[in-house]
Amino acid sequence: MQIETNLFLSLKIKLRTTALKFILNEQDVSPHPSAAETLLDYVRQVRQLKGTKIGCREGDCGACTILVGELIAGQLRYRSMTSCLMPLTNAHGKHIVTIEGVNFPDKLNVVQQAMAENGATQCGFCTPGFVMSLSGYCLNNPSASSDGVIAAIDGNICRCTGYKSIERAAIAIHKQLQISDDPIAFVADHEMMPAYFTNIKNRLENLFSEQQQEANTFEITSGSFVGGGTDLYVQRHGEMGHDNSFLFDKPELNFIRQEQNTCRMGPAVTISDLRESEIINKYIPHFHKFSKLVSSTPIRNMATVAGNFVNASPIGDFSIFFLALDASITLKQKSEERTLPLRDFYKGYKQLNKEPDEYISGISFKLPKENSFFNFEKVSKRTHLDIASVNSALYLELNNNVIEKAGIAAGGVGPIPLYLRKTSAFLEGKIINDTLIDEAIAVMKTEISPISDARGTKEYKTLLLCQLIKAHFINLNKR
Amino acid sequence: MKNIDSYTHVRGESVYLDDIPLQAGTLFAALFDSPIAHGKIKSLNISEASMMPEVVKIFTTRDIPGENQIGGIIKDEELLADTQVHFCGMPVALVIANTDAAAKAAVKKIKMEVESLEIITDPRVAKEKGELIIPPRTFQLGDTVSAWKNCDYIFEGRTETNGQEHLYIETQGAYVLPQENGALKVFSSTQGPTAVQRTIAGVLGIAMNKVEVDTTRLGGGFGGKEDQATAWAVLCALAAHDLKRPVKYSLHRMEDMRMTGKRHPYSSDFKIGLNKDLKIIAYEATFYQNAGAAADLSPAVMERTLFHCTNTYFIPNVKATAYSCRTHLPPNTAFRGFGGPQGMFVIEAAIAKAAEHLKISATEIQQKNLLKSGDEFPYGQLAESEANECWNKAEADFQISKMQQDVADFNTSNTLFKKGIAVMPICFGISFTKTFMNQARSLVNVYTDGSVNISTAAVEMGQGVNTKMLQVAAKIFSISPGNIKVNSTNTYRIANTSPTAASAAADLNGKATALACEAILQRMKQVAAAELKTSVDDIKIKDGFVYSNESKTELSWEKLAMLTHVNKISLSELAHYTPPGIYFDATIEKGHPFSYHVYGTSVITVTVDCLRGTYEIDAVKVVHDFGQSMNKMVDIGQCEGGIVQGIGWMTMEELVYDKEGKLRSNALSTYKVPDVYAAPKEIMVEALETQKENAAIFQSKAVGEPPLMYGIGAYFAIRNAVLAFNPTAHLPFDAPMTPEKVLMGLHAQIE
Repeated sequence: MQIETNLFLSLKIKLRTTALKFILNEQDVSPHPSAAETLLDYVRQVRQLKGTKIGCREGDCGACTILVGELIAGQLRYRSMTSCLMPLTNAHGKHIVTIEGVNFPDKLNVVQQAMAENGATQCGFCTPGFVMSLSGYCLNNPSASSDGVIAAIDGNICRCTGYKSIERAAIAIHKQLQISDDPIAFVADHEMMPAYFTNIKNRLENLFSEQQQEANTFEITSGSFVGGGTDLYVQRHGEMGHDNSFLFDKPELNFIRQEQNTCRMGPAVTISDLRESEIINKYIPHFHKFSKLVSSTPIRNMATVAGNFVNASPIGDFSIFFLALDASITLKQKSEERTLPLRDFYKGYKQLNKEPDEYISGISFKLPKENSFFNFEKVSKRTHLDIASVNSALYLELNNNVIEKAGIAAGGVGPIPLYLRKTSAFLEGKIINDTLIDEAIAVMKTEISPISDARGTKEYKTLLLCQLIKAHFINLNKR
Repeated sequence: MKNIDSYTHVRGESVYLDDIPLQAGTLFAALFDSPIAHGKIKSLNISEASMMPEVVKIFTTRDIPGENQIGGIIKDEELLADTQVHFCGMPVALVIANTDAAAKAAVKKIKMEVESLEIITDPRVAKEKGELIIPPRTFQLGDTVSAWKNCDYIFEGRTETNGQEHLYIETQGAYVLPQENGALKVFSSTQGPTAVQRTIAGVLGIAMNKVEVDTTRLGGGFGGKEDQATAWAVLCALAAHDLKRPVKYSLHRMEDMRMTGKRHPYSSDFKIGLNKDLKIIAYEATFYQNAGAAADLSPAVMERTLFHCTNTYFIPNVKATAYSCRTHLPPNTAFRGFGGPQGMFVIEAAIAKAAEHLKISATEIQQKNLLKSGDEFPYGQLAESEANECWNKAEADFQISKMQQDVADFNTSNTLFKKGIAVMPICFGISFTKTFMNQARSLVNVYTDGSVNISTAAVEMGQGVNTKMLQVAAKIFSISPGNIKVNSTNTYRIANTSPTAASAAADLNGKATALACEAILQRMKQVAAAELKTSVDDIKIKDGFVYSNESKTELSWEKLAMLTHVNKISLSELAHYTPPGIYFDATIEKGHPFSYHVYGTSVITVTVDCLRGTYEIDAVKVVHDFGQSMNKMVDIGQCEGGIVQGIGWMTMEELVYDKEGKLRSNALSTYKVPDVYAAPKEIMVEALETQKENAAIFQSKAVGEPPLMYGIGAYFAIRNAVLAFNPTAHLPFDAPMTPEKVLMGLHAQIE
């Protein structure tokens, strides 16, 4: 999935150990990092686990979905990921589950049973991916409504069924689950999933403490390096090599914290991390709705915000999002650091205000104030799991009906993720009314330069941005 | 009954082409394909690529021992380009290496100089230049010329329907193992094993009896592997035959998308005439089919467009002409519906245009003109119609008029959102229109332990045909389904097969299987009668036991199988079936080409976000003519899947070729098929159960293709919603209805 996220080009964490260590299904494995480029190739070619299918090699079909179990704050949590875009090295220290790892020897698990009984498999090629996404749902606590179980399969494409039978299966699965202190024990005890899952937490803890002792063998060196890989392994598949790995979920690089009225994030923060953050959800109340429009669950589990920035796609969803919020980024090179506004980061098409050896070491932004309004809009050919034709974000600080501060950004209408400087400046100090919106749109038109491409003609993109600006203000009105 | 593959499918244990364990010494193939859509090859330099590590050999046309030809209907398609290239993605040179990565790396080192020639991508331009695959064909009924004067209203217009990428999740591929004495064993992800066998024989200059093609299952086909699975298998066979080593090629998604043909784009003109009572008096249509660079299946697809040009309506005066236009796109090919949907879109557009001008609902015209039994199709066959039955049941079950009123009420009270509704009735003919292809054979073996094996020509690709074959045997033998296994499709077991296509595989192969089972059963009954000293008429087999005069005996099915064998009676049967009564005379374009027709009516409602130009499909409610469904779960699955695929074609699936003939929508990131959220919120499928005699297996009508055409209604429902917002919207009949077209329709004139 080319969500235009996750191309880190500056930092390298050299892995000196000769072998990686992780748990693959029930087995401890320790392949050399050069055993395969991606986890998909490792499981299929090296381990001969052929249940994981190759559909597109760009994270867009979900046929290769696997589960990644890791300890987060002492809890074992499973997330679905597309193994085609996952560097093998990123499996280090984790529990990797392929479909062979959720099979009972002689019966079907809860997901498989529901899929079979509801006719949710036809040609069967996408089926293992759906089974894995839904198994991941079972291993974590179910959501309150059945929306969550459908969201679990938002990254899986099926060309045969038309999805309705899969939805019926998903809802049948959802109904059999319960909120539990230990969802893994719940599904294992009820023989919904194999029993070995109950030992994984201990095994990972042991693995983790082993790796802690080796921790000083990791070091950051200069050179190119990888975040979640969700764009890099699409664009440069087969050319990535094996020794330029970055553990994108490395704990010291993965944090979201509040310091007074500022939010600070590490460069390894993924979109899913944002979705789960109390801080983000408190200050950006519709964050779930906004981020649902960005790629799919397995990609959000891998894709990082910083990668989205560095990728520099003119249509990068989170670039647009944080341009409106006037985020700052800190660039680090050896021991030197500098901080600059994200708005000054983009110089031209895929050109950054960044030295080759610099990497993003931190992201910060002022948390939205009480009297503020934030909205994100995105339109694409397919509403979900697609790249925008045009996207836009608006941040306003209001005093009654007067705009005290405005930040508006738009993607797909220029060579870079565009902060609409003139439009933002125009809005400040003005009273909100219909005329103002029309005038703002007129200003906007003077600072965009869309081109016609596969995502739409320039006329469409111009019209669409006009409409999205209206949508911002309609949403403001609704508030 | 569940799909018999579901247990291994959900466990990831089903074996697809790419999962077959490789023999030691297997080599890997990769293609150098043309980056230019049309031109003369000035030079082809493979020397640097040949020197790359692990490269074994690079094949060009010079290495082909037989004919460099893979065309099926017309021999007009080279396997490897010789002196000219005709489309971007046309295979030119085949690299064979010890690893997949090495083969792909070497492809990048091949250099070709091409002198560019004019590139045609528009079928109308091709027609003007006389670039036709076959001469045009015209179907005629009555006399349109004299009918126009009897019409009170006449409307003319033009339509476009774009192509559609099959997007089977399993890409194309093949794996070929050399055997002794120059024979080959070919694993191919194909809907047409015999086409693969025949083409390999021709390209290698060997006999067909040396080529064993074996297909266990496909990870989706949809027509895309009917003809176009052949090239990859032939290329692997070429290398395996020459190098005496196993050769595998499993295409990368982007190779697959750029090198294979799609559903045919069509550009069409229509003229429709109605009287004051809204009866359609006359209809003329001209179809410009974008065939791509070679015939492939285009002539047959074009023919089916003509067969379905009046959809499910009776029109007394019809003239429809079709041109198969040669352009410089990859050769377009079969895709679920096979030209039928393209023909139906045009008549529906004509009706929509008439309704919009007359300020009435299209349903008024649609309903008044539905086929009745005895009405004549433009090709001479008389309808045995269920069109009115389906429509009336839809009205009764779903209350179409009330749904229309609800939509109108919603639109009165909402400004930012508008709803649209459309009804899409369908009629689809079942049979291969190439009449001789309507034949099948089935080999049934009963073993001495009572277990049963079935081999047919049908290829399992998710449509559940193997499940249905198994059901046929289980029902006739009256034994447990667990006792029966359906084998892979193999040209050594079943010869001279028709492809699994035209929705006909279950009918043809099912009937052949039934004949084989009945023959074996009759012989076994005779053995039982002798053993039980009674007449064969008194013998029945039920639930695995022999019944004599309605009373259960000790003689089990298993014992009877052994007893039959001991009596030197055959437990095997190869049966042949061909449906009766179908014929077609192409010199007059009249005949009785279809065994029967499948009917149905769907009602589609959508909501358009008039601010953003996006839309959601609220519901698709269908009454479908199943005949007597022999497997509800499988058949409902075919309906739901077909509907969503049809909606995809009509909404978000947008093939983009640039003027240079290069595919711009060349990956899943740029070509979007429906995901779980894009599927209709509700799909309701009600069965019209009929008990009429027809040529379907157990009166269970074919179901593979027809439901796709319900999706056409999504186009018209969205159009109606846009018109509810902006009655003067400029909305050419140009599918798919992307969010871009919607937004421009909603606002372009206002802006």
